Amino acid sequence: MRVRVDPEKCQGHARCYGLAPEIFDVDDYGQASVIVDVVPVELEAKTRLAVANCPEYAIEILDD
Amino acid sequence: MARTAPVDDWAIDFDVLDPSYVRDPFTIWDDLRSSCPIAHTNRRVSSWLPTRYEDVTAIAHDIEHFSSLRVAVIPVGDEEGGDEDGGGPQLEYGLPPISADPPLHTWTRRLLLPWFSHRRVESYIPLTRQLCQKLLDGFATSGQADAAADYAQQIPVRVIAHILGVPIEMSDDFTGWVRDILEFADDPERRMNGANALLTYFVGELEVRRHSPGDDLLSELLQTEVEGQPLDDGIILGMAALVLIAGVDTTWSAIGSSLWHLATHAEDRKRMVAEPELMPLALEELLRAYSPVTMARLVTADYEYAGCPMKEGDKVLMNFPAANRDPEAFDHPDEVVLDRAHNRHVAFGSGIHRCAGSNLARMELQVALEEWLLRIPEFSLEDGKEIAWAGGQVRGPRVLPVVFP
Repeated sequence: MRVRVDPEKCQGHARCYGLAPEIFDVDDYGQASVIVDVVPVELEAKTRLAVANCPEYAIEILDD
Repeated sequence: MARTAPVDDWAIDFDVLDPSYVRDPFTIWDDLRSSCPIAHTNRRVSSWLPTRYEDVTAIAHDIEHFSSLRVAVIPVGDEEGGDEDGGGPQLEYGLPPISADPPLHTWTRRLLLPWFSHRRVESYIPLTRQLCQKLLDGFATSGQADAAADYAQQIPVRVIAHILGVPIEMSDDFTGWVRDILEFADDPERRMNGANALLTYFVGELEVRRHSPGDDLLSELLQTEVEGQPLDDGIILGMAALVLIAGVDTTWSAIGSSLWHLATHAEDRKRMVAEPELMPLALEELLRAYSPVTMARLVTADYEYAGCPMKEGDKVLMNFPAANRDPEAFDHPDEVVLDRAHNRHVAFGSGIHRCAGSNLARMELQVALEEWLLRIPEFSLEDGKEIAWAGGQVRGPRVLPVVFP
């Protein structure tokens, strides 16, 4: 699984970082980014949780 | 229409300060969502009240038609043609970035955000934890406490004082001024006096830091240059006042409402004690179910939204708390499900005005609940004692008597 954060949609709620800090980081200005190339299988559920908690619908699962 | 007149028809004459709305807005929102999802009132000033998630988030994102220049839910004096300045310091730029549109919003927000990044907020955890422990030391063995006044109310204001670099001993004054501004908005004189006291205090603190800067937010703003120019004093004063006003009542209300929920829902309380790993999801669920904050927008020009003929100068009350109870967006929205997996709540807003302090608020709520549950894992409401709620701009318990073994 790969994921992407749309920088235009992200508003820095940091919900993804809160739920899956192994996959996402948020910079000092509230911009989230993905810090892994491929999501490890054991973290896929956490990553899906982050997607389902983003208030801005800014996280996209690219391939699964 | 008198300000305190009872409401007969919530669809066309709502009043967010009506005692029944303050106590239980949830059933009113449910009725409105199915009958008239964007309610209207002419009380105070023509205002609209969306109750559906889809509408609230759409309006929050439409910054062209909906400006943030007037974010007070209850109009401030000059909006009604009155004169409310009372001769105190003025805020010619409002409270940027919350009461600003781009471009002012954009660059003032960038100055504030690093102070509330998740990394910076982690550095405030030890202070917050010590503060909570000290408060608990004061009443944990006494069998009873006012969870709002003795605990929730005492926490965020002290963390904010630390960030601003002002004396923690001033906390009771800060709390009083902020409550005057936000909770007694229908009493213009009280609101004006609160605002004047707060601004006069910050004018003095800024003068001190101009000559002897520290490593606090106020000092940094005084030393900041944008495009080679120092910040206007009015901008700095507005930003300082914002951090205090937005950082106190809001989080305190979230902590208080969460403790009210745990005092009245023994199963959830036991589960949080038994399964501390639930905390990250449980926090968000409590924020969803008891979102404290409603902000306003100003309609910039006559505009029809979803069949509503909005006029230039109307207010739209960004009902984030109602959006978070919308059954179209959340399964069983009126149930607190501590491990709710799908939870795109907008307790901190939506779009470019997402609460700049959300990381701080979340940390304070988490630490406050963790420390409370560690010391007082069993507690319930005290029989026969009244609970008092504040509402309007910020909803939360102000008197919350609880008992424990």
